[in-house]
Amino acid sequence: MNEQPSNPTRDEESSSPMRDAIEGAIRENQVILFMKGTPEQPACGFSARTVAVLGALNAPFTAVDVLPDPRIRQELSTLSGWPTIPQLFIEGELVGGCDIVTEMYESGELQAALGVEPASGDQLLAEPEVTPTAPLTIQNRL
Amino acid sequence: MMSATPDELKERIEAGIPGARAQVSGDGHHFEAVVTAPAFAGLSRIAQHRLVYDVFGDELGDRIHALSIKTTATERRA
Repeated sequence: MNEQPSNPTRDEESSSPMRDAIEGAIRENQVILFMKGTPEQPACGFSARTVAVLGALNAPFTAVDVLPDPRIRQELSTLSGWPTIPQLFIEGELVGGCDIVTEMYESGELQAALGVEPASGDQLLAEPEVTPTAPLTIQNRL
Repeated sequence: MMSATPDELKERIEAGIPGARAQVSGDGHHFEAVVTAPAFAGLSRIAQHRLVYDVFGDELGDRIHALSIKTTATERRA
């Protein structure tokens, strides 16, 4: 399944404090997920599924809710060239949205990219929430 | 504005990406597309999905509410 598209803007030239803040957040956080809602309360099925994948791997990540300000989505999509939400970045690189993250989880590539152990016993993505023990940071300073 | 149909999306993906074959299902708002194309060979998943997104541009999120994509590179035949 995939993600709700955002509305990318095309003015690549101009800079803005918002875009600088997004760039900084991507640079400074090893794993960062831009999503609709929060990991505890995702506001969209695609964001929920992506959070569930990261939760299944106990992968620590920073989450940014794009909903409070529509400019976050616009600037993010301009920056990444990716039209939809969620968007997962690892070490500053766009990995993809829900479809790609799920595919990479199933193939084991996501575990490698995150540097985590493969999930034991092929646990499936039934629970749409993060395991409470996951070291989770929410940083919505944008 | 006519709502989008799986057939329309299939035709546009196949017209927009050389050699592409697409299977599309959906309800007029949410769609799932499984696309194979020789043009995907050697590309990352991100780049493959971008080729599909690019077929629809600004219609994503508007006329096409959500599009789920699965891509595979077709083997090139000699």
